[in-house]
Amino acid sequence: MAVIHDLAVQGAQMLVILLLAPLLTGFIRKVKARLLRRRGPPLLQPYLDLLRLLRKEVVLAENASWLFRVTPYLIFAATWVAAALVPTFATGLMFSWAADLIAIIALLGSARFFLALAGMDVGTSFGGIGSSREVMIASLAEPAMILIVFTLALVAGATQLSTVAEVMAAPGVVGLRVSLGLALIALVMVAIAENARIPVDNPATHLELTMVHEAMVLEYSGRHLALIELAAALKLLLYLSLIACVFVPWRLAPAEADTGALAIGVAAYVAKLAIGGFLLAVFETAIAKMRVFRVPEFLGAALMLGLLAALLLFVSRSF
Amino acid sequence: MTLASPPVIVLWCVAALLIAAGLAIAVSRSSAGTRIVYGASFAASLAVLVTALTYLLAAPILAPPALVLPLGLPWIGAHFRMDALASFFLVVVNLGGAAASFYGIGYGAHETAPHRVLPFFPAFLAGMNLVVLANDAFTFLISWEFMSLGSWALVMAHHRESDNARAGYIYLVMASFGTLALLLAFGLLAGPDGGYGFAAIRDDSHTTVIAAFVLGLVLLGAGSKSGIVPLHVWLPLAHPAAPSHVSALMSGVMTKVAIYGFVRIVFDLLGLSTWWASMIVLALGGLTAVLGVLYALMQQDLKRLLAYSTVENIGIIYIGLGLALGFQASGMGWASSLALTAALFHVLNHSLFKSLLFFGAGAVLTATGERDMDRLGGLIRRMPATSFAFLVGCVAISALPPLNGFVSEWLMFQAVLQSPLLPEWGLKVLIPAVGGLLALSAALAAACFVKAFGVTFLGRPRTPAAENAHEVDRFSLIAMFVFAALCLLAGILSGPIIDSLAPVTHMLLGDRMPVQDAVRWMTVVPIAESRSSYNGLLVFLFIAASASITVVAIHRLASHALRRGPAWDCGFPEANPATQYSAGSFAQPIRRVFGTLLFRARERVEMPPPGDTRPARLHVELRDLVWDTLYAPIAVAVGFAAERLNHLQFLTIRRYLSLVFLALVVLLLVLALWQ
Repeated sequence: MAVIHDLAVQGAQMLVILLLAPLLTGFIRKVKARLLRRRGPPLLQPYLDLLRLLRKEVVLAENASWLFRVTPYLIFAATWVAAALVPTFATGLMFSWAADLIAIIALLGSARFFLALAGMDVGTSFGGIGSSREVMIASLAEPAMILIVFTLALVAGATQLSTVAEVMAAPGVVGLRVSLGLALIALVMVAIAENARIPVDNPATHLELTMVHEAMVLEYSGRHLALIELAAALKLLLYLSLIACVFVPWRLAPAEADTGALAIGVAAYVAKLAIGGFLLAVFETAIAKMRVFRVPEFLGAALMLGLLAALLLFVSRSF
Repeated sequence: MTLASPPVIVLWCVAALLIAAGLAIAVSRSSAGTRIVYGASFAASLAVLVTALTYLLAAPILAPPALVLPLGLPWIGAHFRMDALASFFLVVVNLGGAAASFYGIGYGAHETAPHRVLPFFPAFLAGMNLVVLANDAFTFLISWEFMSLGSWALVMAHHRESDNARAGYIYLVMASFGTLALLLAFGLLAGPDGGYGFAAIRDDSHTTVIAAFVLGLVLLGAGSKSGIVPLHVWLPLAHPAAPSHVSALMSGVMTKVAIYGFVRIVFDLLGLSTWWASMIVLALGGLTAVLGVLYALMQQDLKRLLAYSTVENIGIIYIGLGLALGFQASGMGWASSLALTAALFHVLNHSLFKSLLFFGAGAVLTATGERDMDRLGGLIRRMPATSFAFLVGCVAISALPPLNGFVSEWLMFQAVLQSPLLPEWGLKVLIPAVGGLLALSAALAAACFVKAFGVTFLGRPRTPAAENAHEVDRFSLIAMFVFAALCLLAGILSGPIIDSLAPVTHMLLGDRMPVQDAVRWMTVVPIAESRSSYNGLLVFLFIAASASITVVAIHRLASHALRRGPAWDCGFPEANPATQYSAGSFAQPIRRVFGTLLFRARERVEMPPPGDTRPARLHVELRDLVWDTLYAPIAVAVGFAAERLNHLQFLTIRRYLSLVFLALVVLLLVLALWQ
């Protein structure tokens, strides 16, 4: 019975994130439009976009290889699995011990590896520009992320996200800390870079020499593009969930809790996502996109903040 | 000593390899010779592999079997012994050796000068086996030099190619220098009584000063062989110069024999565990990892890129070894065994994927005659099987789950996380920084292998050679696919491998990682499940399952229509394949971030005046700072001294005799004053 319950909670999490991800994207677009005093597309527009893409035919470049066609499925699967392992509304999920935070980061790295390869597959200059810039950004964002993981692991004594969330949620154990503040700033910066948001990249741009993520997926169309768009939405959701479960872990239900507690968990999760999405939209509206070669400075700052946070903890556990 | 004891079997196989080497001189010019020699090497390596693996899996803890042969110096003899450490490294050596031999059966058929390769290949394998099996300093050094010279001869196999003579010369100088350093290290270890047996050295106690000198000398000797920065300069020249299956052996296996030398001397013979030793090794490891991968990113020669990436992975292994030394110094056996397990696991992993990648580079070389990535491209369509195997190797070496490279790096990160408990301040500050360097090198490695695979195998072919490539022979493909499968298996079934390393850590550190066998679903648990765990099998199954669900769902729900058309490329596709991103342009963003400082990278645009039809050109200038600041001055000094001493060659016989007389008088005076 317990197994079925656990399995159901794990399955529910996988479904919830899949269904919520486009909504979050739509919500952010709506808020941004309202801040610019436009009416903006309806909230459900991303779902409609996905459906439209699924119904369209795929136009494949003449020399695209099997790798190009397999990559969207691999990217989507890796991102989905990674997102399913982050506690969203409940901790201690059935398979949460299959991968810790480092492995989740690395899973996203696998997805990026294949996306960068797909960008080079057709042999166009735009694909190459996107891939080479993407790996440059990743080569700075990933070490920053690992240093953030070190910080969290030293505070919570674990890299297992469920344990981290439980330690953080326990009253009076962790409290306010300098190192956690630094780690939060660094994590937000990394999340912005990883999700190709302003000021690092612009998710709404095309035909621009500054684009990174959009340049890589330029040759994709139809159902392939739908999967890549959905994976991108899932990744954004993953990072928001990660920030939520580590820094505001309240109302997370344990997996074995009854339906009522789980429902409260889901409601709290949706509220956290809404707040996070709203803040992101405000930030993106208030800031201008930076040149590609300013990005290393931006991520270098994240790297140094992460290192500083980890060093403080190595020196004394009370920071 | 029975005839069936493991070291005896290994020695018989070594003898068989040496006989094969002798036989090769006779048969190398016949067409069947290639098959006979590689077949014999394959059989012998496989036999040693099975022997060593059986021994290792039987959990050897007590009384390792040893024997003495009446060879070498008459009052010492040649001592051999197989303990847990030796058996693990024999597994690594012969796994690579067997695959390279099998690959050679197919690849060697294209060899233009088989008589320069065939005799040395089995001899090289024999030398590596003997180093690992040796149980006294004399045998160790003789085998070490035998291994170096065997590989040197293989590097020089194509000695008429322009760069190879220089590569061979630098390799020879560095190898002699390394052996000299090891000779001095053993001299210090053996002490004035000359106890050259490993057992005697192990029983001696060594003062801190001696230990520091030995550590320095071993870092010079074994470090130069394995390619620690700044002693790595020979490696990216020599490894690519050899035939590709030999490159695989040198990069994948011989560097591991050098690691074995380091572990044997520092951990086993010296029993060194002090925090300053850990700091030195950690700093060198971090530097090597990051510089190695940055050098790799700047290359456009595929085999040289792989050789520089070996430097990176050696750095990662030394980081693990340095962590193990530091934890051991503070008596944290559980953490030091975790770090050592991670390092040894990475030794195995790197030997798997680096051999695989060199096999792939060799296949590309056979099919196109090109090593320059900027003259390749689009091979995924012409060589689908090779490119699939190469892709697996790229994912594995980039430390991406669910393949094997990730597991060892993950274990290393877990070891880094244990370090706040260390009492020394130096280590407390250094280790998080080294952890950051480790993460940086992993991320850069992923960038490097996106470039290696993307430029070589994807895109459009840049030359007719790449356009007309064809798939390689079956032997090469089987060798590649077996190693690709092993990369996956080592990634998803890591628990048994970690358990089989327990005798090694127990022997060296007196501790081991928790038993993984008992954990459900073969999860890897470094310390406790609530702290951290990783299950490659489940991650792999999850990805496979969700990808299949997606495929099924998409094919039921979405449109099936598919149309081939010209590439979109934002509306202005360019037919010339030279407009694709090349090796240099792919690395340009990273070169701008790191290279301006580390390589003094300068870009110069040559723009012809308006009306001139010449194309504009972009020149990139990179400088190798290690070479410029360390080696070039030494070369200048040696040249200067040689110039000064040159006129000693042209003296009259009278002057020579008076010089001899003078030297004799000076020596006698020195002796007289010494008393």
